[in-house]
Amino acid sequence: MRKEWIMLTNRHFLGLKDYPGEDIQSIIDTAFQFREVLDRPIKRVPSLQGQTIVNLFFENSTRTRISFELAQKRLSADTVNFSGTGSSLKKGESFKDTVQNLEAMKIDAVVMRHPVPGSPNQLTRFVDAVVINAGDGTHEHPTQGILDMMSLHEAFGALEGLKVGIIGDIAHSRVARSDIFGLATMGAKVTLCGPPTLLPLNVEVLPAAVSYSIDEVIDWADAIIVLRLQLERMGQRLIPSVREYRSLFGITSERMKNHSKQLVIMHPGPMNRGIEIDSDIADGKQAIILNQVLNGVASRMAILYLLLGQKISEESEKSVSE
Amino acid sequence: MKIDLKKQPKSLLLKNGTIVDPNSKKSFSGHVWIKNGKIEAIDQSDFPKDIPTIDCSGKVITHGFCDLHAHFREPGREDKETLETGSNAALAGGFTRVCVMPNTDPPLDTPESIRFVIEKSEKLPIYIHPIGAITKHQGGKEITEMGGMVEAGAVAFSDDGLPVTDGQVFRLACEYAKMFGVPVINHAEDPCIRKNGVMHEGAVSAEIGLTGNPDVAESSMVNRDLELSVLTGTHLHVPHVSAEMSVKHLRKTLEFSKSISSEVTPHHLYFNHESLHSFDTSYKVAPPIRTEKDRLALISAVKEGIITCIATDHAPHTVEEKEADFNEAPFGMIGLESCFGAVNKVLRNELDIMEIICLLTVNPRKVMGFEIDLFKIGTPAELTILDIEKEWIFSLDDIHSKSRNTPFIDETIFGKVVGCFSKGNYFIS
Repeated sequence: MRKEWIMLTNRHFLGLKDYPGEDIQSIIDTAFQFREVLDRPIKRVPSLQGQTIVNLFFENSTRTRISFELAQKRLSADTVNFSGTGSSLKKGESFKDTVQNLEAMKIDAVVMRHPVPGSPNQLTRFVDAVVINAGDGTHEHPTQGILDMMSLHEAFGALEGLKVGIIGDIAHSRVARSDIFGLATMGAKVTLCGPPTLLPLNVEVLPAAVSYSIDEVIDWADAIIVLRLQLERMGQRLIPSVREYRSLFGITSERMKNHSKQLVIMHPGPMNRGIEIDSDIADGKQAIILNQVLNGVASRMAILYLLLGQKISEESEKSVSE
Repeated sequence: MKIDLKKQPKSLLLKNGTIVDPNSKKSFSGHVWIKNGKIEAIDQSDFPKDIPTIDCSGKVITHGFCDLHAHFREPGREDKETLETGSNAALAGGFTRVCVMPNTDPPLDTPESIRFVIEKSEKLPIYIHPIGAITKHQGGKEITEMGGMVEAGAVAFSDDGLPVTDGQVFRLACEYAKMFGVPVINHAEDPCIRKNGVMHEGAVSAEIGLTGNPDVAESSMVNRDLELSVLTGTHLHVPHVSAEMSVKHLRKTLEFSKSISSEVTPHHLYFNHESLHSFDTSYKVAPPIRTEKDRLALISAVKEGIITCIATDHAPHTVEEKEADFNEAPFGMIGLESCFGAVNKVLRNELDIMEIICLLTVNPRKVMGFEIDLFKIGTPAELTILDIEKEWIFSLDDIHSKSRNTPFIDETIFGKVVGCFSKGNYFIS
């Protein structure tokens, strides 16, 4: 990948709200180039050789953690994993101490998953390393936003003017927020669909329309992103029953039979099969869910490369001129 | 800048100041002669020539400020603040009298614990008045021995930090407190509606995903409290009003009830929820900082005379606690030192200096029934000297509290406390 260096505006990758559109485009373009690498028999490039990245996961995660780790390995970076949940982090000092200790060991970047909104933003005040948000509570999940946009780009060839429905628990979804902000910046039209108890108050400030009718949204949209119904919301009594949720918002086989149109179906995973989406839909031709997973690795490679690779390209230029 | 507190000399002349008396509502230039810690004379030209003099030209001489709402954390969390460090913070902010909230550890819920605060405060350079808990252990269930606590020196009752959720308990507390003639103060936030909210629920929380706590959590309980005050005829003081909806309830009730008073904090007058985009935990307070519309409604309520007091809700927390993640970090900011500059900056184009000073002096003193004629000859000197035209940047060095959790650091504020006289001590800078 020898070409003029793409400089991203922000040093960290914390969220897609107010993130520059040209940077999103650069990341997606770079991610498509890395997609080719992933199709090679030897899926490894030396781009981040000598760079050390810590994956700091303060919340359980399988898919995102593995996706990041693979992306780092494919770029030849050195990686260290730390996972801690709940009680070990009750005290703020352990959060700050943990990361400052890690930084003292000379790390270049921190990829952090945390259950509380804004924690990656706070982290940037404690460390000099590049901070990448791998999901912070109900705030944002910006790498998921990028991979969703990349997948839509792949399916439709462009994002401008694309009609995307996001279905389900918007209020508690970091994926929804990143998708909404990213897609709006890229000129796509977004409609949110879910019961008001799962939509944030003042939802009108988000750059998206709102509909309570799933059938209306299916008719309108080019693609829908189906969100996981977190079953603990039942405990908070935010919806009366799974049965009613399925009948009002579920992407069921029966419902899809009534809609003849071609619709791209996405899901950030993990899915509750038989609740928000039926298996034959999730596994059907319209779904690009596994493609999203593959694009996730490519997107994260692109983000890491663009944020960390510059240092290397500067270093190597220096050694050449010397 | 740190204050340098000294003992007052036997005789001291504050010369050529602008005397602003919020009691008589008169303002005039002149001198104040303090002798043996008491007001000896005001504006006489034939002062003895040999007494020490402080030149107050260009400065305002007025009553010492009175804060109805502060947390000094003693007993229990002396690592955050003590009665002594709190007093220094108060003096630096021009406060000579502070009412401290009972949510200490253990809480001030017995005559003995009230006596502890009174005795510990005797030698301190400001007047400290403990507010007693409404319910035992602040548990919200059984009312405290209010009679014994008033006798020991409690000036009001509150479970501040926690609401009295059970309406029947609050009704009983109002009725019982009535026989002692002291106000009842309820931290109005309905816990069911508030949930685990950590910021105002609205446009900003929708964008950044922090759990919201809507204005209705406050206003619905304020409305309940106002109606219970009317029912029982008890003086209700509504603390830290933050929402426009609460102001509406106050306005309506004030049309027919005289036993209502309320306060607003400098931070609710100064900031709005847009600041939370930074995820800076120093903006995490209860009740939360709300919308610009709420902020402007609070300013209007002050102008209209619906809200008559400024109170700081000075709430010290350690750096370590405030550096936690946003959900984990405790609620509250310190506010004594930055109070006047912040409030004056917000209100100076809305009210004249006399009205601003009333919000910090006679009005809160009236709520608690304290002496309000502080320029009367023979009154112990409780005075604050202000430079009302001074624009300055509030910094860490201006903080005397043991804690420093405040977003006012690096803010440019307007008007500065340059001196304070209290209990035989003074500083002048």
